[in-house]
Amino acid sequence: MDLTYTEEEEAFRAGLRGWLAEVLPKLPGKPSVDDWPGRRAYDTAWQRMLYDAGYGEVHWDASATRRLIFLEETEKAGAPYVGANFVGLLHAGPTIASEGSPEQRERWLPPVLRGDEVWCQGFSEPDAGSDLASLRTRAWRDGDDYVVSGSKIWTSHAEVADWCELLVRTTPVSAEVPKHRGITWLALPMDAVGITVRPLRTLAGSAEFAEVFLDEVRVPVGNRVGAENDGWRVTMVTLSFERGTAFVGEVVACRRLLGELARAARASGRWDDPVLRRGLGRLSAEFGALWRLTQWNVSEAQRTGGVPGVGGSVFKLRYSHARQELYDTAAQVLGPGALDLDEAWTRERLSSLSYTIAAGTSQIQRNIVAERILGLPKGR
Amino acid sequence: MDFQLSDDQRALRRGLRDVLEGRFGRDALRAAVDAPRLDRELWRTLGDAGFFALCLPEDAGGVGLGLPAAVLAFEEAGRVLLPGPAVATFLAAGAVEGAAGGTVVVTAVAGPFVPWLDEADVVRGDAAGAVAVRSVDPLTPLHRVREGAPVPDEETPAVLLTAAEQLGSAARTAELAVQHAREREQFGGPVGRFQAVQHLCADMLVRAELARVAVYAAAVTGDPLEASGARLLADDAAVRNARDCLQVHGGMGFTWESDVHLHLKRAWVRAGLGGGAAGAEEALAAAL
Ligand SMILES: Cc1cc2nc3c(=O)[nH]c(=O)nc-3n(C[C@H](O)[C@H](O)[C@H](O)COP(=O)(O)OP(=O)(O)OC[C@H]3O[C@@H](n4cnc5c(N)ncnc54)[C@H](O)[C@@H]3O)c2cc1C
Repeated sequence: MDLTYTEEEEAFRAGLRGWLAEVLPKLPGKPSVDDWPGRRAYDTAWQRMLYDAGYGEVHWDASATRRLIFLEETEKAGAPYVGANFVGLLHAGPTIASEGSPEQRERWLPPVLRGDEVWCQGFSEPDAGSDLASLRTRAWRDGDDYVVSGSKIWTSHAEVADWCELLVRTTPVSAEVPKHRGITWLALPMDAVGITVRPLRTLAGSAEFAEVFLDEVRVPVGNRVGAENDGWRVTMVTLSFERGTAFVGEVVACRRLLGELARAARASGRWDDPVLRRGLGRLSAEFGALWRLTQWNVSEAQRTGGVPGVGGSVFKLRYSHARQELYDTAAQVLGPGALDLDEAWTRERLSSLSYTIAAGTSQIQRNIVAERILGLPKGR
Repeated sequence: MDFQLSDDQRALRRGLRDVLEGRFGRDALRAAVDAPRLDRELWRTLGDAGFFALCLPEDAGGVGLGLPAAVLAFEEAGRVLLPGPAVATFLAAGAVEGAAGGTVVVTAVAGPFVPWLDEADVVRGDAAGAVAVRSVDPLTPLHRVREGAPVPDEETPAVLLTAAEQLGSAARTAELAVQHAREREQFGGPVGRFQAVQHLCADMLVRAELARVAVYAAAVTGDPLEASGARLLADDAAVRNARDCLQVHGGMGFTWESDVHLHLKRAWVRAGLGGGAAGAEEALAAAL
């Protein structure tokens, strides 16, 4: 149980702090949430700055501790988050890094690190959500291409992405081939002929994700990562990254938000309500512990040396609920302001409603904990 | 940073579990329920094993370890529902002659109560005029301190060691629930295949694991606020896990014969000793 950082790690932290203090004040203002091209430009420019300063590859650093320090310090300093680079840096990138051929790594990874190319994730379909393996988007071999037809849904950043990590069915389900055996992982260029992107409006009013229709889209066979029909295994690698490390910075953010909430409550007089105060105190304990859980999981990953484990599900379950509680408490602090969309808290409260759904619903996380950690019989 | 347990810490935990399960296994627990009294022989066995002297400096005859080792020890004590004022005795080691060896049993005023007052050799705090109550926990006799008696603030190590016991209990009830869910069959198979049961168990694990990292981290930092936060989470995990464990056990969970109620009652009592949730929450809020 050692929570101290090595001299080398502290030097990394100090260097990063110094750099952030220097560059953050010069950053342009954040674009509006509805300005997708502006958001893409802002997020990729930030990644480029990280790259030029030697931090481009930090999310893939072999040292999980350095990754943790990076996320902690950038969040504390109020630096931009990965944003539109999310899939490239935290899903598709790590998958290609661990499963791709040398040529594929050379083709796709450097542009992600330089902030030149943006990826999106085309997994979910209208009829394949939690039951992802039942996906139906078909791909046929035709010479050196796959020909892909079908539709994807909830694809975040689809409007501005250059590439899509796409799951397709290459072998139909049959008595011999169970549903998760016929899936293949493809890198789909988003400018290919036959792709239609239709933005979907979220309950928060913005267009965070989209439907993607694929009509006989040709994808070169060389864009396949992993073997044909082995896409499910490749996908599991990606999902464990998503659940294992993708939310670290947000825990730090929540601890900062709690402080802001307390200040707001003191200023408005709501602080006099002991029920509210106690709720904030409990959330403080909760997020403090979630940070420790992150350190615990990172230490474990460091020891096993690989892909994050199922402990990510334990974290995701508790974190997503705690974060929603944070915004419910914010609503108490705001009082009538909780119904006013001009309050940032109100808009963020709306966005937070997705946390228990995206990246595997809470029910699915509990299934994972019950079956894979506790070893209970397959559920029904 | 390597927050996971070191090899020495794992070995310590293993050793203590062997001693505690060997000397205070299920039969001993049930025997104690039937005849509640302080088992002085057990106390001395623990003393001989170094349990109470873990944090005493080596030149004072102790093991010279820190709070992290202590929370591992009390987690194990919580798992087996070790009866007796172990936290007070542990904290008195070095100050009260005989406490470290387990030959002298020390209790202390804890919030509105004094546990084990009649059987302890030494009482710390002002217990004058304390009145016996019929304790909800068959294995923790309680006295209420007299009206208006000064209630001492709980020291950080006491907060944490109690939290560690709660953690041990929470982890244990999660295990008991999973075990029962695997074995008990209804509708032609184990009840653990029902998702409603699975999700109760999953939430139990999550509560126990969050409490675990909170307790361990607070032991490492020794920070009083972090300890209060850990105690909140551990109290919650122990009480709610025992409740869910009861639910998973069905009618069996409502019996005297099952151990589930012993965990629940002890969790309630531990949560009631000390400053209570309100004080901890207020302190954490004040620091925001
Ligand atoms: C903001 C946001 C962004 C997203 N971004 C992307 C993206 O970029 N790319 C992408 O591919 N996907 C994305 N998703 C999709 C997301 O992964 C799915 O929404 C999620 O997996 C749930 O699938 P579903 O919506 O079809 O719900 P369903 O699977 O239809 O679930 C409906 C309800 O049934 C429950 N349920 C389903 N199966 C079970 C079961 N076995 N046991 C118990 N309960 C069950 C669920 O918990 C839920 O309550 C995003 C979603 C959101 C909200």
